[in-house]
Amino acid sequence: MSAPAAAPAGTLPEALFCYVLRLGDTSLVLGQRLGEWIGHAPALEEDLALANLALDLIGQARLLLSYAGEIEAKGRDEDALAYLRDAPEFVNLTLAEQPNGDFAHTIVRQWLIDAWQLEIYAGLAASADTRLAAIAAKALKETRYHYRFSSGWLVRLGDGTAESQARTQQAVGSLWRFTGELFASDEIDERVAAAGLAPRLAAAADRWGARVEEDLRQATLVRPERQPYPWHGKRGVHTEHLGHLLGEMQHLQRSYPGAGW
Amino acid sequence: MSAAAPSAEAGGGVRTAAEQGVWDLLSGVPDPEIPVLSIVDLGIVRYVRSGPDRRLHIGITPTYSGCPATEAIRAATRAALDAAGYREACLEEVLSPPWTSDWVTPAGRAKLAAFGIAPPPSAADAGRRASAPVGCPRCGSLATERISEFGSTPCKAHYRCNSCHEPFDHFKCI
Repeated sequence: MSAPAAAPAGTLPEALFCYVLRLGDTSLVLGQRLGEWIGHAPALEEDLALANLALDLIGQARLLLSYAGEIEAKGRDEDALAYLRDAPEFVNLTLAEQPNGDFAHTIVRQWLIDAWQLEIYAGLAASADTRLAAIAAKALKETRYHYRFSSGWLVRLGDGTAESQARTQQAVGSLWRFTGELFASDEIDERVAAAGLAPRLAAAADRWGARVEEDLRQATLVRPERQPYPWHGKRGVHTEHLGHLLGEMQHLQRSYPGAGW
Repeated sequence: MSAAAPSAEAGGGVRTAAEQGVWDLLSGVPDPEIPVLSIVDLGIVRYVRSGPDRRLHIGITPTYSGCPATEAIRAATRAALDAAGYREACLEEVLSPPWTSDWVTPAGRAKLAAFGIAPPPSAADAGRRASAPVGCPRCGSLATERISEFGSTPCKAHYRCNSCHEPFDHFKCI
């Protein structure tokens, strides 16, 4: 039961399958994390906001995982991919699976990934793969809205009280080590980029870096030093947190296979 | 820019009697979450056309990727088509170009306002929508403030009127 990403890029459809699966898994896992806030957020408005973000992300995951299943052509649909794979077969960004922590942690994680998705979806909207381009163009509109929310909160929290600033800086410090993975290009990324199906990551990384830097400045927060990156969610090597998340998310389908509404 | 062409496709052109019949039928299918709006008012019916296979093809675009109403709309549309005898009609999901609130029709905007939901600015005002004030649907005052960018459904944000002091929903602009 090896991770699909651990295999070499193989044929172009195999590489595209893995690439789309990574995008879908990242949205799904982040959406599931945000769903954990429902009923627990600091205020009703933020509870609704986080639930709305989760809904958009899970909607994006459905489109992406359905497409991944079609590319793979082995009969797996969105549900089979979401509910019937184990942690080493998930290929989401490691950052997406990090626990919610306090509200500052959730906002910083969201902001980092929103800024990443802005670049990736903008690039994918010009993909030679029209299906992927259509999904990305739709997701990009939603992501812009998400980013406005998360970057707005980053600034309010960072440039807020001594307590909110300290907690937000702490969150930036503890999550920063996972950002090395966002634009680390491997053979899958290079294969699909060379075919014109996905954007090159190097240019996107520069734009992401400039955006993040400016947001941090406005939030009166300090950008941490670059840190070594020990996990590779994109290749199926995860932190211990993903298994717990999947245990909850997959419980029903694992216990009652095929259960439907 | 992308708003004009698809709107023309949805609203314009010469329609056959069968196509017009389906447009009329779909004008009676309500949005499950904002039932004063039909799916035509919402601007999500992208086309009704006769295909080379001599079947009618109906394109519907989702509002938000994760909107739970999408499946309910698909089922309600299918049921309405079947009940009216269009069993052969093909229902197709259209992702591109993505739906925008600019496609809510003028009639749809009027219905939203009458229902107490501040409509999105018209497509003509879309360029300055980020700064455009949101009018209170109850008293018309422009002295309003945003409480949250998100609301009770994916398509709405939460506002408050500082003149009549009532809270209200605003249809999000995307």
